[in-house]
Amino acid sequence: MTAQDIVFWLLAGGSISAAVMVVTVKNIFRAAVLLATTFMTVAGLFVLLNADFLAVVQVLIYIGAISILLVFAALLTQEPEAGNASNRLRPPALLGAVAFMAFIAATIVRTNWSLMEETLSEDTLARVQEVLTHTPQWLAGLLLQEWVLPFEVASVLLLAAVIGALVLVRERHP
Amino acid sequence: MAFLEGHALFRNLYCLLAGNLDNTVACSGRGGLLPVGWEWLAFAITAFAITMVLLNVFLVVTMFYTYMERRLLGRFQGRLGPNRAGPFGLLQPVADAIKLLTKESIVPRGTDLLLHNLPPVIMVATVFVTLAILPFGEDTFVANLNVGVLFFLAITSVNALAIFMAGLSSGNRYAVFSGMRAVAQLISYEVPMVLSVVGVILLAGSLSLVEIVEAQRIPFFLLQPLGLFIFVVAISAEMNRTPFDQLEAESEIVAGFHTEYTGMKFGLFYLAEYAAVLTSAAVIVTLFLDGWNGPWLPSPLWFLIKVFFLAFLFIWVRATLPRLRIDQTMAFAWKFLLPLSLLNIFVTATLVLLLGEETATGVALSTGGLWAMAGINSVVALASVLLFARMVHLRTPVHPIPSMQPSPSEVA
Repeated sequence: MTAQDIVFWLLAGGSISAAVMVVTVKNIFRAAVLLATTFMTVAGLFVLLNADFLAVVQVLIYIGAISILLVFAALLTQEPEAGNASNRLRPPALLGAVAFMAFIAATIVRTNWSLMEETLSEDTLARVQEVLTHTPQWLAGLLLQEWVLPFEVASVLLLAAVIGALVLVRERHP
Repeated sequence: MAFLEGHALFRNLYCLLAGNLDNTVACSGRGGLLPVGWEWLAFAITAFAITMVLLNVFLVVTMFYTYMERRLLGRFQGRLGPNRAGPFGLLQPVADAIKLLTKESIVPRGTDLLLHNLPPVIMVATVFVTLAILPFGEDTFVANLNVGVLFFLAITSVNALAIFMAGLSSGNRYAVFSGMRAVAQLISYEVPMVLSVVGVILLAGSLSLVEIVEAQRIPFFLLQPLGLFIFVVAISAEMNRTPFDQLEAESEIVAGFHTEYTGMKFGLFYLAEYAAVLTSAAVIVTLFLDGWNGPWLPSPLWFLIKVFFLAFLFIWVRATLPRLRIDQTMAFAWKFLLPLSLLNIFVTATLVLLLGEETATGVALSTGGLWAMAGINSVVALASVLLFARMVHLRTPVHPIPSMQPSPSEVA
């Protein structure tokens, strides 16, 4: 067992237990903090996978923005202390969760999990090393040169979503 | 193993313990104090030693900085400042720390203890984690991350959640107001802050703080005057320094989010606030003021001199400017800083394309091109700031204020 294994099991265990507690804890603010913990441990897993850029973006977006949004949403709910109220949508939610779980499990089973060193040739590994040390530069090249059209379309889509949300909740003056 | 490349001292300590057995680190001689197979212990001891030294030195410097801020504020306000404890009052921070440690911790009834105790720890931790990426001198850093700038921005964004949690869990309305203001202000100022760094990244071609310092043939404050201005303003809003300290505006909302915190929990907030000034100044030095570079003196000393020069400027600003209202603060971020930072990116990118020459790794600028860019950018910065200051009105339009008189039905 290497140090990496120990760190991985700590992060994975922390992530899963925090995620389970997000669902089971009654107090909604505690659930929000636990969700932020889950995001943090996932960022740690990304660091372990040499994906520094992804880890930093995870912290920036999920903890810096989305958690706060969630806490705000919790503030706007009625009686946050009472916990989640149950409604008639339980069976479809269960169905969705099971379907998603099956999808994830199928992906895990079908993926070839052999190590990079065993499957790749020497020069490919050297190139992988080059990409790992200069991730932002490579990502910039891919996003803003090769795939610039999908990138821009995605940003226009997000802008449309923001404007749509503003139009929906706007105060209507008589 | 990344941090072993950071400084010769770390590598020597590791080599003394583990010897030449590990191929990733080149030690001069074979054989260390520890037997074969115990390299991880050498690694752990080295890491622990580095962390201890770094944190303790940083805490002592922060202690001195709190003394400096209080003394200078006293000077600015025509009084003496703390001068009783020790020679010239130098032991005042120690006295403060002892007082805070021995105070009773009072927690309001009905608070969630987990949510109440977590925020001070998070605030201090985010400041300390920033130390990991700062290059303190030539070849003196803990980690040279290839996403260093983004790491700093991500870590500062965690503060908003911590402050919001502190405000909500206090069970105090003023604290809740402060938490709301925190979210509004910190998220708003994050946008111009991130955008103003883009100019620096365009010029340096890297997100690593070490490579950004090495790329500064001409200090970036000459090439990016507008970026520096926006970054300094936005970061002082992120730190809740005085022109933007609505979060703890004592004339409006008592002490804001830390109203209900007592004893050492308040002490941690206090520590985080002052330590953040130093780390933010260090980031500004790294991004804009040529980092550790300077003539004659050793590089860490230059770094410290520049950091304390900026810290002095922050104290000066705090002593000079009055507090803005919350609506003025928000309007300043969205109406003034955001368009200016977009303009800065546009001008910088255009100039890099016009003046730069294509090389194998990207676009690079000659020294003449850099000086031309410095001239153009200074003119653009001055002109755009003056123009925007005349065009943008930070005042909110006046709405009729609803009458506070009770309605007849309520009276009856």
